[in-house]
Formats: sequence, structure tokens, C-alpha cells
Amino acid sequence: MLSFSVRFVTFKPSPPVSGLCMHEWALAESIVMAAVEEAQKEKLKKITQVTVFIGELQQIEKEIFLFALNELSKSQKPPIIKDAFLLKTEKSTLTCKNCGETWKYDDMKKKLNETESESIHFIPEVVFVHARCPRCGSPDFEISKGRGVLISSIKGVR
Amino acid sequence: MTMEPRTSVIEKRLKDIDRIIAVASGKGGVGKSLVASSLALHLARKDYRVGLLDLDLYGPSSHIILGVKDEFPIEEKGIIPPKIHGISFMSIVYFTEEKPSPFRGVDISNIILELLAITQWGSLDFLIIDMPPGIGDETLDVIRYMKTSEFLVVTTPSKVAMGAVGKLLTILLELKKPVLGVIENMTMTDSSFIKKEVHRLQVRYLGKIHFDEHLEESIGKPDRLLKTLAMKDLSRILQKIKL
Repeated sequence: MLSFSVRFVTFKPSPPVSGLCMHEWALAESIVMAAVEEAQKEKLKKITQVTVFIGELQQIEKEIFLFALNELSKSQKPPIIKDAFLLKTEKSTLTCKNCGETWKYDDMKKKLNETESESIHFIPEVVFVHARCPRCGSPDFEISKGRGVLISSIKGVR
Repeated sequence: MTMEPRTSVIEKRLKDIDRIIAVASGKGGVGKSLVASSLALHLARKDYRVGLLDLDLYGPSSHIILGVKDEFPIEEKGIIPPKIHGISFMSIVYFTEEKPSPFRGVDISNIILELLAITQWGSLDFLIIDMPPGIGDETLDVIRYMKTSEFLVVTTPSKVAMGAVGKLLTILLELKKPVLGVIENMTMTDSSFIKKEVHRLQVRYLGKIHFDEHLEESIGKPDRLLKTLAMKDLSRILQKIKL
């Protein structure tokens, strides 16, 4: 069982009707399935809280993501209580392996065109294809923080 | 400590796929992509529902062989691969625009996880995987995450290629992965060296695809590719394994 101290971030999900077809749904499905698997392993009777880190690089539409999480949570075993998901944005840190420079995805976003940015949204690692270290121009950098979606804690009742 | 959620959904994404065949080799340049693409085309022409996943992330080339242009997956509860000549085709190239891809090992594994987690293949009779050469991250990840995968191994008549292919076969056998057999590609002589080596490893030798000097002219033109001498050789080989 994962256990973490977290700072809660709350979102007011508007009921999105359009935009539900986005690929956030697939990632939300992975979160729900992983949480349920873990809860079953830990013999929880109910999942009361799942904290999810959303890496900045993946540029997730949070409202859609939260809506998908809540929709997919219905009829799970063990049950997931209403509004159990807490989403926490993780700012990115990119670190150059060549010169040691560190920067954030936000800093370089304006240099990317829409297609490049959209591609990074789908596969965050293509940042190495479309961007370079702002200091030395090397493509050899790493995503130290803020890549994609991760579960940081699951809480429940035994 | 955090938990990686994407691994939990992969089985669900692949559950309606009857067979997963990874076309692999220990060595580059032996014609894996051509065999993988031709196999996918061959099966699609037989009215099977076929997917093709290009996992050669540094040097994807199936899209060149199939002549893919201006296509992009549809975003629908994940991404749905576009149909190219009847094949549901997924490749990193949709996201890299033919630019160089300087990925390290950890990035390769992350990309494969992401592609497997978000690609909605639907129901397929066959998913063909065009593997990169060697026994690195991609091969290990396919073995780890695509438990039902079978391997179709390609070599050339070269002793150098067979040296590396032998190592791939050895690890596949050690891991008890099903190996459909070995195809000897681009042959120019009647040498039986590869056949003997493959048999020595107790793997099925499937036959030769003769070097076809006109093959290059059919790259990017699947209709022409299907009529090549190389394709005739491949079809004969595939009959042996009921494909």
C-alpha cells in the first residue's frame, strides 16, 4: 500500500459533454484499474482517496481527466467513493546531461509549434525530438520531474 | 514512492487480439521491417483484421514501406490507429515527424508503455510488431507486457548476422517464448549454413527469401510489393506456419 503526505488540490468538474473522446480517457482508465488492483491486494473494502500526480509535460486536460476518473470509478470492486480523486500538478524539470542546465517545460513551450506540443501531449518523450537544451543545444537531456500521470497514494477502509 | 498505473491497462488493450507476432532479429539491416510489413499486407489481403506496430523507435521504417502519408491516429478514449491498406498502423513517426529520435533506454520503455496503454486496437486477428534489432529494452518490454507474443525471426545468410540472431534465439528459448521459426532473407547462394545453425539451436528453419534486385522499386507501393519475387518466397514460407 502506498502512503504519502499530500497537499490537496481541488477541481470543480464541469460535466463535459464534448471532448470526452480525448486520450485522457485511456490514462484515466489506467489509474482506476491500478488503484483497484492495489486495493484488492491490500484487501480494502472501499477506496476513499486516490492522489494522482499529473506531470506538466503531458498537458492533461484536468476537467476531462477528472470526469473520466469519476465515470470509470462507477461499479468497481472494491467501490471507489464519489470525488475520491485528488489531482496534483507536478511541474516539470528537464536536466541537460551535457552541460547540467535545468529548465521547465513552460520555459520552452513558446518555441514549440502546435503539432510538436500536441505530440508531446501524447508521448512526453518526443520532447527529445522537438526540443533542445536552451543553453548548449544538446538533445541529450532528461525529464527529471513532471513527465506523466502517476499514483502517489491510495487510501481506503479495510 | 509512486505507482506506475499504465501497466495495469495493457492487458485490457490487448485482450481482443488473437495473435501477436513479433518480427525480430539480433541484427539490423536483415529485412525485419520488410518482412513485418509484407506479413501484415499478406494477412490483410486474406481478410484478416490486422494491426502493425512499429517498435523500431530510433529508425522506424514500416511507414516508408507502406507509403504512409498525411495520416494521424483518431483520438477516441485513447488513440485509434489509422487504417493503411487495410492495416491498423501505429508508429512513433506520427509524433516525431521524421526528425531524429535521440532516446535513452528509460525513454524507450516509457514510450512503449505509453503506446501500449493508449492505443485502442479493438478486435484483431493478428497484431504484427516490427521490432528493432537486438535484445534490448524493446524486446524485453514486448516479452514483459505482451505475454502471448510469438516471435518470427529474420536473418541474412551472413555469419555475422547469424551470430547475433543465435543470441536472440537462445534468450527467447531460455524465456520459453514461442518461436515460429527463422526466415533466411536476401539469399544469393544455396548455402545451408543458416539452416544448420538454426537446427543446431533446435528451432524451425522456415526457408529462404531470395535476393530480389527489383524489390527497392516497390518500397512505398504495397500493390507492387505484393507482386515481387521476394513476396512469393515469403508467401510460400508463411504457408508452412499456416499464415
